[in-house]
Amino acid sequence: MNIPYPDLTPVIPEIIMIVAATLLLLIELIAENKRPLGYIGIIVAAITIYLLPSFRGEAFGGMFISDAYSVYFKAIILISLILTILISLRYLQTEHADFGEYYSLLLFSATGMMLMASARDLIIVFLGIELMSLSLYILCGIKKQDPRSTEAAMKYFLLGAFSTALLLYGISILYGLTTTTDIYLVADYIRTTQATPALMLSMVLIIVAFSFKISAVPFHMWAPDVYEGAPTSITAFMSTAAKAAAFAVLGRVFFTAFPVFEPYWTTILIIIAILTMAIGNILAIAQTNIKRMLAYSSIAHAGYILLAIIAGTNEAMSAMMLYLLVYTFMNMGAFAIVILLEKGENIADYNGLSKSHPFAAALMLVFMFSLTGIPPTAGFVGKFYIFMAAINAGYTWLVVIAVIFSAISAYFYLRIIMNMYMKPLGETVGIMPSLGLAAALFISAVMIFLIGLAPSVVL
Amino acid sequence: MGHATHPAATEVPKSNYPLMRTAAMIPMLALLIFAGAELARTLNYPVLSTLIFLPIVGSAFIILSNRRHEALIRWTALIVSCTTFLLSLPLYTNFDKTTAKMQFIERYSWIPAWSAEYYIGVDGISVLFVLLSALLTILCVTVSWTSVQDRTKEFYAALLIIEGSMIGVFCSLDLFLFYIFWEAMLIPMYLIVGVWGGPNRVYAAIKFFLFTLVGSVVMLVGIIALYFATDRSFDMLRMMSTDYPFHLQMILFWAFFSAFAVKVPMFPVHTWLPDAHTEAPTAGSVILAGILIKMGAYGFLRFNLPMFPEASKALAPAMMVLSVIAIIYGAIICLGQTDLKRLIAYSSVSHMGFVTLGIFALNTQGVQGGILQMINHGIVTGGLFLLVGIVYERTHTRRIADYGGAASLLPVYSALFMIFTLASIGLPGTNGFIGEFLILLGGFTASKVLGVFAATGVIIGAAYMLWLYQNIFFVEINPGLLGHGFRDIGTREILTVLPLIILIFWIGVYPNTFLGFMDVSVQNLLARLNSAGQANVAWQIIEVVK
Repeated sequence: MNIPYPDLTPVIPEIIMIVAATLLLLIELIAENKRPLGYIGIIVAAITIYLLPSFRGEAFGGMFISDAYSVYFKAIILISLILTILISLRYLQTEHADFGEYYSLLLFSATGMMLMASARDLIIVFLGIELMSLSLYILCGIKKQDPRSTEAAMKYFLLGAFSTALLLYGISILYGLTTTTDIYLVADYIRTTQATPALMLSMVLIIVAFSFKISAVPFHMWAPDVYEGAPTSITAFMSTAAKAAAFAVLGRVFFTAFPVFEPYWTTILIIIAILTMAIGNILAIAQTNIKRMLAYSSIAHAGYILLAIIAGTNEAMSAMMLYLLVYTFMNMGAFAIVILLEKGENIADYNGLSKSHPFAAALMLVFMFSLTGIPPTAGFVGKFYIFMAAINAGYTWLVVIAVIFSAISAYFYLRIIMNMYMKPLGETVGIMPSLGLAAALFISAVMIFLIGLAPSVVL
Repeated sequence: MGHATHPAATEVPKSNYPLMRTAAMIPMLALLIFAGAELARTLNYPVLSTLIFLPIVGSAFIILSNRRHEALIRWTALIVSCTTFLLSLPLYTNFDKTTAKMQFIERYSWIPAWSAEYYIGVDGISVLFVLLSALLTILCVTVSWTSVQDRTKEFYAALLIIEGSMIGVFCSLDLFLFYIFWEAMLIPMYLIVGVWGGPNRVYAAIKFFLFTLVGSVVMLVGIIALYFATDRSFDMLRMMSTDYPFHLQMILFWAFFSAFAVKVPMFPVHTWLPDAHTEAPTAGSVILAGILIKMGAYGFLRFNLPMFPEASKALAPAMMVLSVIAIIYGAIICLGQTDLKRLIAYSSVSHMGFVTLGIFALNTQGVQGGILQMINHGIVTGGLFLLVGIVYERTHTRRIADYGGAASLLPVYSALFMIFTLASIGLPGTNGFIGEFLILLGGFTASKVLGVFAATGVIIGAAYMLWLYQNIFFVEINPGLLGHGFRDIGTREILTVLPLIILIFWIGVYPNTFLGFMDVSVQNLLARLNSAGQANVAWQIIEVVK
């Protein structure tokens, strides 16, 4: 039998990543010092970003597609990967979790996300999700001596496995009805048929599975616990890159496979989005642990991004992409500050930080205002674009709800600033500066102002 | 100035030196300003951009400097703010008063994808605010010279950023740019109130921030809706000449109203103001009272009136009623205050009620009076906050009951305070008279009943201000004050309030200098309002009441 050799050009970025990840596993065996592995990871990711735009097209009979949409998402994922490695280098050593597999797993996970961004077939979606999630489960528990980390890993694994099962169930029903997993063929089938209960069920199951991944209410319960327990660097990675990948699939699958059912799934998503913004923003107010607070904030931000999916225009898609990019920088920056402080998990640890470490406090101020969405930071530009797209699509009332919740969110972000600038200095918290952290903070802060003042560079 | 040479001067021997020194410095300073204005006039530079970005660059310089060099930081702030003011003078000398068109226009492409532009310019309505912002910032720097000791670097950096964004708000002709400046100044203002303020500062700061933010985000939705209604354009001049359908005008009016009413602040949403003004440090109070709350009234003039003329006409009666409520309510609350700054803060609510009353009277006298009264209020209330800050630095108390008989301890100071008190009451010869008179004239023309009610605010205003003055400066000397070993007001402090005193009498005696700036622009604005569709039922009700 003559099997044609597939054209692998579009997949080259993923191949590079997989090869690098595997090589890292091997080098790890002989490397005494694990830090160079991180450097290799950064270099590989940087090269991959550089190469991304030049490898376009379809592969594997159209199951995999590399287009402008996927390239943008892959860039976000890889930027997030680079920043994650930068903030991990020193952090892992202080946490006694300096295992070489860490970097390798990060690369595997990022590759899974990249597959998700390029998937045009539900099988690829599933492969990508599994590769991403399995690596993340391990990474969450990599602080082996810390019971909270283990608990986070266990919780994430159980709930993640549950959501994957739901996804599989949805896909298999869909396959049973349409005899295909290619989302274009699924769309063709749906166009010729009625909205049968089985079809609706499969759609709902897929929505539920992805709501788990983006931590949308009411499927958000895992997020605060996992974000709190996981190593901070992994929390940062999960809240940015993993979320971007899940949104990439959500954007592509729903618009390609179920365009006919748009009224149905927008109704479901509107309810989910409102709940997500409400629960995320309101519960964040009550938190005393900053990682938990950022977890709820991350839930709330997923709510804003869902607005773009609901709006569903091309403009809304680019708004979503811009928002995820912006969110990556500001969230990474905030987590980098959490890592920078020797003891920075409790919100009370930030009391008087502007006196002991004015520069760190000023950076945190920028990240918090950006998360609130106050100009001239990038957070404002991101929100503005999403709101603009949603209003243009006719969802003005939904945007009014979103801006009100966005104003409420100011309260808990401002609380950090209040603690840093307006509370007297408690016990002095030391900081652990390192070159990697400094680089990550610098990149985040510069990008926040650059995108905030000249959004044209990324539009 | 008879106080200074009073026999009491022998007991406080140094008290007349500052006066003499000030008197000696005035000609020098006047010469400097004159020379600076002449120089700035001949130079060729983008005036408005310079005014926006020079303070921001200065603030960046301060941020990058070493925090131990406090003197360097202070002098940088002073030099930057003075230079900004001098460079703003061409707006005064080169402004063409015969046209309602925008002047000093700068226009560059900024975000082509959204057709947002860097588009700035001033007309007769905004130009005075730019000048006032530049002037007040200098005074904020000098008054904080010794009172701000904690984190000096951050303080002056924040102050200069506020200056840049304030000027940006008044110059923006692109709605997106406007919103950026409008919101950006929240950050430094929040910090100034919250970090360098009084005992209850944290509560006041967050209240200020949340009130303003909620109002602003609703406006943001309105801005986006307006953007699509104007065919994807943020060009404000284009919006001012587009006729939107009536129902859209009504919705957008309320959206913009929510942001501006909070800023002004109008009656039901004014509660942040007493807290913020009271707790803010002196410079913060001056900026808040002098410029920040003017941005709300300016917003009505720049957005609501010309962009939604029919809605403005329809809703003007409601706005006037709210204004009158603010005038009387604010004044009555003042009568019951025990805190010096809180009293002046509530008097702002009352005075800003006059401003919005004048604006929504929708006639020449009312609108001109409204604009002039905004400037007046900036000068007078800004000055009162400066003076209160000066005495607070010595006594560290704001309770009125802790004062008494200060006139014999601080003769020069009490004379200066008197000038501001009388201007605040609106005595003829001071600027307050001109503004309030024009507004009452305009208000009376629009509705006799409301005009009469508003006039009672003037009377109550006189009552609380004179009561305040009496309790602080006359009555018997409060023994608690003697312990402080008072120094009368010094040269730096006199120079700080002097420009405001000059302006009080200048506007009071010859207001045409300033009214001349706005005349054509206001006529143009009213022509736009009158050419819009006829007023509806609500206005006819007012006609009947008349």
